[in-house]
Amino acid sequence: MATTTTKKAVTATHRIPNKGRLGTAATLAFTFDGQTYAGVQGDTLASALLANGVHLVGRSFKYHRPRGFLSAGPEEPNALVGIHRDAARKTPNVRATVQELYDGLTAVSQNRWPSLAYDVGAVNNIGSPMFSAGFYYKTFMWPKGAWAKVYEPRIREAAGLGVAPDLADPDTYAQRFAHCDVLIVGAGPSGLAAAIAAADSGQRVILCDEQPDIGGALRYETGASIEGQDGWTWAQAAGASLLSHDNVRVLTRTTAFGYYAQNMVGLVERVTEHLAHPDLTTPRERLWQVRAKKVILATGAIERHMVFADNDRPGIMLASAARSYLNHYGVAVGRNVGVFTANDSAYPAAIDLKRAGVNIAAIVDIRDNPSSALVEEARALGIEINQGRTVVGTDGRLRVSSMTVQAKSGGPERKVAIDALLMSSGWTPSVHLFSQSRGKVAFDEPTQRFLPGTYAQDCISVGACNGADSLQATVDEGFAAGEKAVRSTSASKPKVDKGETWGGGMLGAAPGSGPDQIVKAFVDFQNDVTAKDIRQAVREGMRSIEHVKRFTTNGMATDQGKTSNLHGLAIAAEVLDKPIPAVGLTTFRAPYTPVTFGAIVNHAKGDLFDPTRRTPMHGWEEQQGAVFEDVGQWKRAWCYPRKGEDMHAAVNRECKTVRTSAGLFDASTLGKIEVVGPDAAKFMELLYTNPWAKLEDGRCRYGIMLREDGFIYDDGVVGRLSADRFHVTTTTGGAPRVMHHMEDYLQTEFPDLDVWLTSITEQWAVIAVQGPKSRDILRSLVDNIDISDAAMPHMSVREGTICGGVPTRLFRMSFTGERGFEVNVPADYGRAVWEAIWEEGKKYDACAYGTEAMHVLRAEKGYIIVGQDTDGTVTPGDAGLDWAIGKKKTDFVGIRGLTRPDLVAPGRRQLVGLKTKDPKTVLEEGAQVVVDPKQPVPTKMIGFVTSSYWSENCNSSIAMGLVEGGFSRIGETLYVPMPDSVIEVEVCKPLFFDEKGERLHG
Amino acid sequence: MLLIHCPYCQEERPEIEFRNGGEAHIARSTNIAGESDEAFESFFFIRTNPKGLVYERWRHIHGCGRFFNAVRDSVTDKFLRVYKAGEPQPEPAEVMKTLPEHSAWENIPPADQNVATPARDRVSTDGEA
Amino acid sequence: MVEAVAITAKRRGALDHRSEAINGVSLQPAKPARRVSLRVRSDGLAPLSLALGLDLPSKPKTSVTANSRSALWLGPDEWLVIDDGEGDPIADLAGVSVLHSAVDVSHRNAAIIVSGEKAADVINAGCPQDLGLQAFPVGACSRTVLGKIEIVLLRTAPDTFRVECWRSFADYAFSYLSDAARGV
Repeated sequence: MATTTTKKAVTATHRIPNKGRLGTAATLAFTFDGQTYAGVQGDTLASALLANGVHLVGRSFKYHRPRGFLSAGPEEPNALVGIHRDAARKTPNVRATVQELYDGLTAVSQNRWPSLAYDVGAVNNIGSPMFSAGFYYKTFMWPKGAWAKVYEPRIREAAGLGVAPDLADPDTYAQRFAHCDVLIVGAGPSGLAAAIAAADSGQRVILCDEQPDIGGALRYETGASIEGQDGWTWAQAAGASLLSHDNVRVLTRTTAFGYYAQNMVGLVERVTEHLAHPDLTTPRERLWQVRAKKVILATGAIERHMVFADNDRPGIMLASAARSYLNHYGVAVGRNVGVFTANDSAYPAAIDLKRAGVNIAAIVDIRDNPSSALVEEARALGIEINQGRTVVGTDGRLRVSSMTVQAKSGGPERKVAIDALLMSSGWTPSVHLFSQSRGKVAFDEPTQRFLPGTYAQDCISVGACNGADSLQATVDEGFAAGEKAVRSTSASKPKVDKGETWGGGMLGAAPGSGPDQIVKAFVDFQNDVTAKDIRQAVREGMRSIEHVKRFTTNGMATDQGKTSNLHGLAIAAEVLDKPIPAVGLTTFRAPYTPVTFGAIVNHAKGDLFDPTRRTPMHGWEEQQGAVFEDVGQWKRAWCYPRKGEDMHAAVNRECKTVRTSAGLFDASTLGKIEVVGPDAAKFMELLYTNPWAKLEDGRCRYGIMLREDGFIYDDGVVGRLSADRFHVTTTTGGAPRVMHHMEDYLQTEFPDLDVWLTSITEQWAVIAVQGPKSRDILRSLVDNIDISDAAMPHMSVREGTICGGVPTRLFRMSFTGERGFEVNVPADYGRAVWEAIWEEGKKYDACAYGTEAMHVLRAEKGYIIVGQDTDGTVTPGDAGLDWAIGKKKTDFVGIRGLTRPDLVAPGRRQLVGLKTKDPKTVLEEGAQVVVDPKQPVPTKMIGFVTSSYWSENCNSSIAMGLVEGGFSRIGETLYVPMPDSVIEVEVCKPLFFDEKGERLHG
Repeated sequence: MLLIHCPYCQEERPEIEFRNGGEAHIARSTNIAGESDEAFESFFFIRTNPKGLVYERWRHIHGCGRFFNAVRDSVTDKFLRVYKAGEPQPEPAEVMKTLPEHSAWENIPPADQNVATPARDRVSTDGEA
Repeated sequence: MVEAVAITAKRRGALDHRSEAINGVSLQPAKPARRVSLRVRSDGLAPLSLALGLDLPSKPKTSVTANSRSALWLGPDEWLVIDDGEGDPIADLAGVSVLHSAVDVSHRNAAIIVSGEKAADVINAGCPQDLGLQAFPVGACSRTVLGKIEIVLLRTAPDTFRVECWRSFADYAFSYLSDAARGV
């Protein structure tokens, strides 16, 4: 069984002594599908597996075909594995070519069952005609309903990638906004040259690269020599020198994944992915949002594969990848290696391997007369070169075992035994970020590739991504761009002694895999798209490359078609008989490579997902056993259950106590705005329906705010502190938008008014003391305010001190219908003053009450809550609040809206009370109200319940609702149909307690 | 994330400090109570929402707190002009005069999205946008 | 206004007992301060400056500090005056007759002092502004954003910032900054 762990590590059979740069680095043990292997420090999971001769690492998406490594870098479409650190840390779809090896690494293959070598899903391969392009859209249409229940779940099970972890992510992630003068993406020779030129300017430079080391292609280009050193050694020295500049930040293991507006580039830095034992306090990844004055894109080029029959067997890979494995990691990808190429780039791979002692079975070159120094060098080494020939097929179930060679024009086939096959059809400049920046690409006819054309932002592409085809050219372009970015440099340009070149190649299917052949010549490995699929898409009527892409899913996998897009485009163009640029290139989208949700969410999780706002008295409330409810971001005490009480009992007791003695309520969350200036009253007249001019200093008024359309927007009690100063309160949830609304009118409609607005919500802690004993409780605590009914009647406000000098704005007001006060004190004193009032209150058997009791008490009095009894379509008239509109006013926000035809038409929903025939029945808020419950469905609904509670004080249920023509229905019986019964209700005035309102005044 | 030049703070600030305030230059009547139904409808409900140049209100709500106006290209999202509340509305023609050659409201067809010549082969100042 | 008397009630700040030092970055609650939200048009600057004993700055993103008192430009007609010494700016402004609005917001805000070599990096974990010394020099101040809340940021030294926020957001701000400090 593949799942059994073997204790003894397998020997690294394919590591070549004295090759590569890992030298005598520490040995690391790791497992893949339960088998233990040895690797060395500096390996990727891919290089370590290859060192052990392992090529088979995955099954393909659709056909479950065995797959190995195509590349040695981030473009990898095949070698996706799960990396498991522990139960919660199971990362799916990790590219083995990117994952750095650490001691104890545990990797598992994906998309196979029961094991990688024997995968039941591989029957899809046999039945593959069914799975051709567009099969999702065509095959599973019947019977209706089966898609969601049968087909889709099965397909998702069978065709998938890794499995997402099901436990919460225990890792932490970080985020950074960064600004720089020059951002250089890519630390290959071109990016390095740019950084060297820019570094000594003193300007802020960020250089990032997705690899763990800088150097880019110098990792495998052993033919390079710069400043008298081999290329790689020079790059490491250059990197070290950059690090000595304070103004330069070098970010390795950092992918620039998205290029956004105005030179904002998103980077993700993998901080601990390569560590065996990451410190849990260190972020796993860091998201960088970099704003750069100039961006230099030095993103290089990606080698393309050859498109030919069965080009996806494990062991078949890009030539440059094989060079990386050999020259950097010291790993030979095979012992008897074949090569299939359309350009010179595969030759150095063959040459390097041959020199390292690996047999090169044959080079198959589709060019008729390849001639260059490299070709001659290969020939001189005794490598067989089959020019003008093509590979028409391969064999080998779990690993390539042979390639079949044929002349391009056909004829006899020859089978060549191999254990690895290297391929190159040329290089695709990485214009992804350039395209994301909204730059337009240009098709360069002579070299058959898309290059940066017109720039949309202040950036410049340099090196291979800009079409440079030699080391000298990349260094030249990079250095020039770096110098230009900082205007001038005193650094000298790195001298290239010797370098490699790249260029040429082909696009599309190789000879032998053309339109006449029914073969699986893969274009897109990750989504299992073949050349045939693309031709079929065109035959079925797809003309635009965007349609071809969606129909075939070419380029739509997580690798975003890094190796496949151009081949797909060329094949479509060939069938359409159009030039490539006429068919178009699909737009590149961020992210360049997949980004974890963790990095995107970064700090915003757990307690930091959203701010939790607590009042100054929160700690006391907690100690008293309060149950809290969320009101916006606020935590508000919902009720204070005592031992043995459930919530209903607690609320009933609290409601009773307030009406018999007194209660303390934390009203700190109410929005508060100080309106100051000589035109303060004028401004209030414009923003509220009520008249304010004649409100005396020290008096309060209940105010209603409308939107321009005439609907209620907010309400609250407003106190006039002096001629030019109002203390305005708003609903808890409405505070920010009311402030914004007021500022909007002040700044843009009434800018000539001499008045200013200041939010004071959090300046004041608010302690409501409500009930017949409220004045008795406060009397001994206020220092210098006469709170007698005569001196301080209902709806008045006084400034003074309380509790021995604490400044207070003391309001006489009530949201309960009882005599009541709201004690405003500076927030830091809120708890101390609350505790002092509490001590005093205990003498009167007062209680603390929460928001639920507050809701019940106000409903007993028919006081509305904006947002509960109103929903943005309710006018003051609808809510029975016409009295709050200043009848003589000629302007206020909403005055015109109120006379709109709809708002004055009869039959509007009006706020009424609803009494259930059975007083014990409590209606459900939101329940619909009907006239005739027997009317067949759809029953006409004439309104709904907005507030409903059990009232202990009334010993009955109480409710309010918005009902069509409600005011004229007082006394009528209506019905509230529920799933199991119909509740009879009588329409009444929305006032259930102390109808005369005598208690307010003591 | 866009950068928005605040005419009061006199520098570019990140978009998340700002809040959009809808279409600009819709004046509230000084005699609003006397407006006809049609006039009120057009004032309160009707917005132009064009493709291309839009005149918008913005507030630097997490900055200086001021409302100001902006001309923006609704296709590219780019800000073309910002000006303080109360300053006159710039004429479209005047704004367009100062635009780069390829402005997106021209609605370039997809076939023309790619250009003919790579930048490297041109003698130009590309990259200094 | 209310006469200042010795207050016996216990004062509890939003950040009492919170303090951290992580990765060389120190996070400390600022000591209690008197704060005024001051609104005035430019023609009223002189008398108010006189009353406050400092020149109210008129350049965006700048502040002026004299002794224990700082005035931060927040908008073209808006300043935040902070005095963490014995002075009482509300009292100093009480007698000025020029058209203005002075509102006591001493308890509305809480402040965190962020200091250390990486202080700017820590704040930049949630604040999108350029906090390089050139763009945001010592004395620079701005209302801006930290994560999901609004803050007022003042740089008091090359490696020290004062982060002001509304009282109930202080807990979030402190936790955000300490999470950020762990991640720098």
